[in-house]
Amino acid sequence: MLPTIPILLPMLTAALCVAMWGRARIQAALSVATTVAVAGCAVALVRTVRSEGVQVVEVGGWAAPFGITLVADLFAALMVMLTSIVGLAVSVYSIGATDARRAANGHTPLTLCLLAAVSGAFLSGDLFNLYVWFELMLLSSFVLLTLGGERAQIEGAIKYVTLNLLSSVLFLAAIGLIYATTGTLNMAHLALRLDELEDPALTTVLGAPLLVAFGIKAAVFPVFFWLPASYHTPPPAVSALFAGLLTKVGVYSIVRSATLLFDQEWALVADAVLLVAGLTMVSGVLAAVAQNDMRRILSFHIISQIGYMLMGLGIALKILSAGDGADEALRRGAFIAMTGSVFYIVHHIVVKTNLFLISGVVLGVRGTSELKNLGGLLRTHPGLAGLFLVSALSLAGIPVLSGFWAKLALVRGGLEAGTHAIVGVSLAVSLLTLLSMTKIWSEAFWRDPPPSPPGETAGAARPGKVKLTMVVPIVILATLSVMIGLGSAPVFSLAQETAAQLLDSSTYVEAVLPGSTEGVAAPEGAP
Amino acid sequence: MTLLLAVSVGILFATGAFMLMRRSHVKLVIGLALLGHAANLLIYAASRPVRGRPPLVDLGEQRPATPYSDPLPAALVLTAIVIGFGIVSYTIVLIKRAYDDVGTDDLAAFTSTDR
Repeated sequence: MLPTIPILLPMLTAALCVAMWGRARIQAALSVATTVAVAGCAVALVRTVRSEGVQVVEVGGWAAPFGITLVADLFAALMVMLTSIVGLAVSVYSIGATDARRAANGHTPLTLCLLAAVSGAFLSGDLFNLYVWFELMLLSSFVLLTLGGERAQIEGAIKYVTLNLLSSVLFLAAIGLIYATTGTLNMAHLALRLDELEDPALTTVLGAPLLVAFGIKAAVFPVFFWLPASYHTPPPAVSALFAGLLTKVGVYSIVRSATLLFDQEWALVADAVLLVAGLTMVSGVLAAVAQNDMRRILSFHIISQIGYMLMGLGIALKILSAGDGADEALRRGAFIAMTGSVFYIVHHIVVKTNLFLISGVVLGVRGTSELKNLGGLLRTHPGLAGLFLVSALSLAGIPVLSGFWAKLALVRGGLEAGTHAIVGVSLAVSLLTLLSMTKIWSEAFWRDPPPSPPGETAGAARPGKVKLTMVVPIVILATLSVMIGLGSAPVFSLAQETAAQLLDSSTYVEAVLPGSTEGVAAPEGAP
Repeated sequence: MTLLLAVSVGILFATGAFMLMRRSHVKLVIGLALLGHAANLLIYAASRPVRGRPPLVDLGEQRPATPYSDPLPAALVLTAIVIGFGIVSYTIVLIKRAYDDVGTDDLAAFTSTDR
């Protein structure tokens, strides 16, 4: 029953919050209590999956592949745990950061709905169910984005809504075609049926719209424009939630469908995935370097880092596509690269959420996140500056911080697998990431504040008050990121187990459909 | 029947895509709605519906006599229609608010978040 709790509990609390409409304090308290409970359950879920194997819940008691199945393998459980951590941090942060009007108009129940939908998407073992969770997640995020009703939010939302709906249409069309071809939508069942299809071109055609649809959600290279147009417009608590979780649902779906459904068929597009990963990294970071607003810089960095997550997957696909021709060293490279991807996702969710939360404190203290109007924060808020520095350096991949180990694994995997071009690109992009983090550091924190414009007596020099509820989540997330960096061995071994499970889809299939994999070709990939 | 459905799906996708590329917001919403209908109809058409053959099991049989219409795609489409309805309603309110704020429904005027 454990996998149902991260979905059910936030939904029930959201319903309770609707019953308490307008009573922001009670709603906030309920939300914090719920996210604490969900975080506890998620940690327990990861432990259970680690010790007892993949957890499967057949909702309504209909056996797979006929009923709706929730599947928690290590990757899904890990993502649910990260979701719950982000959810907890954001709901504590929201207490102090959300203005009264917004809090009275449903900020809390919508946040809870979003968390439930994101967990649902991670746990879903059924393609159509995944679509439903996607839509629930999108609708919650649409409303969260536009709740303030400011012009920038509405404008950003139109771009966000249009591109995401386009992606949903593609996803739905792909589901229809996949069902028509295979007669099933259960992912484990699909993994078996797709392997039985005679025509490899047909499976590629089925997979292509799926990849494009998930690519839009993940904000990869040619289709990322909705993200920087919208992510800096909502209040920081919402931005942080979006930045930490939403694109990662897209990445999760790409990884899941590439490793489980189209493991052999997408080998044809392994090079394309690597190309897209490289272009995503480069275009994201170049756009970030050109920006002059703290939150916009951070938004473009999300795009750049999606590239790193895909890089590991691309390397793994490339090696696996070679089939038996790949020797042991290459296979190990693929495994290390996939581990790097998983580690990168863990690191990215923690650090990115934290950077957006920090930008929210800066916004609250100074009333702007434009770099040209900031400055002197090191003198007025040394603690905040320290927290920013830890997260920013971690993002850039400075040794002993969490980002370093993630990039090290990706680079090492890439070198062992012989994909030198993408390794070179990723290292160059790391330098540019450091450059734009240094830019925020020197302009917002290091240099003297700009002279206040005449007529504005309050100006930039006025030290704003920072609420405790806003600082505590930032400190905890920063500590977590340092802990992932300093004590990387346990996290790394968890990432290795996850990668091994991803690369060997028979564990997943066997858990959902017991006895189905016997006699099927030997599992490929995992060392 | 199948041909008619296939042609309709094609027309819906084409007009939807065309409407998305116009500069007006109203046309954008119409385009999104049409694309949603196209995907729904595609699911239905791809399930090879058979006229007058409901998936009913005769007395004493184990499974319905072939060929029969698969009911599952209809259920999927029904779910997708409900979701699509909610989303299109939201989008209509959104463009109304956008029109109130910006004073035009020309997409080219919506550039303040890109600068």
